[in-house]
Amino acid sequence: MSARVSRAWAILALPVISIVLSVIVGSLVIIFSQWLVSGELQPGLAFDAYSSLVSGSIGSERAIVSTLNNTAPLLLGGLAVGLGFKAGLFNIGVQGQFLMGALGSVIVGVQLRESPPIIAIPISLIAGMIFGAVWGFIPGFLKAVSGAHEVVTTIMLNFVAIAILAAAVSGPLNVVGSASPTTLPVGNASLPVIIGRNGTIALIYAPIMAVLYGFLLFRTTRGFEIRIAGASPDAARYAGMSPRHLIIWTMAVSGMLGGMAGATDLLGQTHSMATSYATTVGFDSIAVALLGRTSPLGIVLAALLFGAMNTGASAMQIQAGVPADLVGVLQATILFFLVVSPVIKRIFRLKGAKTGLEDSATTFTATYGGEATIR
Amino acid sequence: MDQALYGIPIVGLVFEFIGYLIAIAPIIAPIVLKASVPIGFAALCGVMCERSGVVNIGIEGTMLVAAFVGWTAGVYLVPVLGSDPLPLFGATPTLLVALLLAVLSGVVVSFVHAWLSISVKADQIISGTIINIAAFGITGYLISLLSISSPEGAGQFAKITPPKELTSLPFVGWIFTTLLNQGPITISLLFCAFFLQLYLFRSRWGLRTRAVGEHPKAAETVGIDVIRLRYRNVLIGGAFAGMGGAFLSMELSNSFQAGGTAGRGFIALAAMIVGRWTPLGAFGAALLFSLFLTLGQTITFVPPSGDLGELVKALPAQVFTALPYVVTIVVLAGLIGRSTPPAADGKPYEREATA
Repeated sequence: MSARVSRAWAILALPVISIVLSVIVGSLVIIFSQWLVSGELQPGLAFDAYSSLVSGSIGSERAIVSTLNNTAPLLLGGLAVGLGFKAGLFNIGVQGQFLMGALGSVIVGVQLRESPPIIAIPISLIAGMIFGAVWGFIPGFLKAVSGAHEVVTTIMLNFVAIAILAAAVSGPLNVVGSASPTTLPVGNASLPVIIGRNGTIALIYAPIMAVLYGFLLFRTTRGFEIRIAGASPDAARYAGMSPRHLIIWTMAVSGMLGGMAGATDLLGQTHSMATSYATTVGFDSIAVALLGRTSPLGIVLAALLFGAMNTGASAMQIQAGVPADLVGVLQATILFFLVVSPVIKRIFRLKGAKTGLEDSATTFTATYGGEATIR
Repeated sequence: MDQALYGIPIVGLVFEFIGYLIAIAPIIAPIVLKASVPIGFAALCGVMCERSGVVNIGIEGTMLVAAFVGWTAGVYLVPVLGSDPLPLFGATPTLLVALLLAVLSGVVVSFVHAWLSISVKADQIISGTIINIAAFGITGYLISLLSISSPEGAGQFAKITPPKELTSLPFVGWIFTTLLNQGPITISLLFCAFFLQLYLFRSRWGLRTRAVGEHPKAAETVGIDVIRLRYRNVLIGGAFAGMGGAFLSMELSNSFQAGGTAGRGFIALAAMIVGRWTPLGAFGAALLFSLFLTLGQTITFVPPSGDLGELVKALPAQVFTALPYVVTIVVLAGLIGRSTPPAADGKPYEREATA
């Protein structure tokens, strides 16, 4: 029993310490900034902010369902980034894949809005996944063929996705006569509600995707190849694997997961698309994958944490008057403390604790711009 | 002959495009140069870091912080330092101090990146990502606190007006208008890019920087302090990023918007690669990107005539918004095989154990 506890502590120690430290840093930010702006020192404000953050995210049944709804796209996005990390690829373009996925699902969903849900839902969801996969395939293909680094190409493609979305919504998808460009609602393609007021079926299939992600990585040949290629591209090559093929495959599947996240958001939450349709899931999911150390369970837990933070943020802003952007500061500080884990380990004397990110995520920078031609 | 040429639609369009470019060049040249400033400074930051072997994708966040600090410092300093303009560039004491603080904030943020990637030896892309997330969070948080009282900014740097004798010269006058009819940060970019090129390839410091970026172990054996040089270069790079950020909130406009860097720090990385890790090359690539950015905006306001104009009108406006990004991808994919990064780029340096 005690061996188990100490093993769990070895895994959890650093994330827990990071979260606690980031809460402290967040309090200091709240108190100091308020003092600078208003001239009054209000130490209680930090407590108000955190209590409204917590009650706004898990304080009521409604809040919990909202948290879960916000978690589902983050979980899928986190899996997308995590899969790339495992292969040594940094897919910073989940943002664009998310938007393309949402676009794909709204294009098909609007067409099928009067078809039976049993047909409309899966087809719209798959359309979103295909759009996302194409948006992930492009940078993967470019990297495999010309060595163009995915960090730069995926970010460029994020901007292209925003432009395509705006062109589609204000052009062919626009409802004639609407005040501002917007599409028709997806009707029968909307995800069915299964829990509470608006908890959709995504709460079931998103965790299933996490299980599949774990199965793919740890129980299949392809997953083995991905992990080898991520840990040591040279070893993968000598073992007869094709890094080029793996890069394209991984980026496409990663994009597919990102597209699924977008389709989930559109079919489950917004149901139609305006030109202002945007998301922060893309960048949040990078943090989710890092915090979850790319392991399936870790990503689920990290997505829950971030989903709860994002849900509680608006309650915090309304009730305590602390801007919702504080959540970004908290998330970044959690990651910061994880990255400096060697230093933290020394300070807190945690000898056995698993280090933060180094042991799971391989070094992406090793291939940055370099290895111009992938053999 | 003419008829035959124009019978081929593509060739006709290309000729019309070239004609259009020549026609509007004098008008858009100053705008292109202006648009290239934040990208250009950010790309110089990238060159500084990567030539010594440190990958910095946190440039975006660094610029954002600097833009915020510059603007906010102006707001808070105006009552203290006043806004009496000095003779040049419409600069006030407030603006100058605010600019200094903005540049310093860029250096401070870069120090975090330098510490994480050089001393802690964290993955440099993760470190940069953390800086970006933190910068977006903290500036967004603070600006929404500040904007409750909707403060007035401290004004912005003005451009100087070149003498009429130069600008009214036939054929070459617009070049002077482009280069000189600008604010101080824009003009300093021209100097920075030129001198950095010179220093990187013609000075002792430049030779050492390149040695550390290519083969740090060899550099160490001839007595170069690799760690110290990397720190110094990343910090100087932070100053460049700070200038780029300050440009956004103090010269281009007199305001700060949350997330106002709008991906320029990332575009700069592409410019750096396309420019083959040289200062002038990176600046040139930044100019190319800005050209397409500006064209995308101009072409809908001042459409070209003829078939090209018809084509432009038929396409949705977003095609031109996306154009610079697509061009970047195409150039990057087409060029990269021949564009080699410094060999030790992104690899933390491990000193040999002194046993």
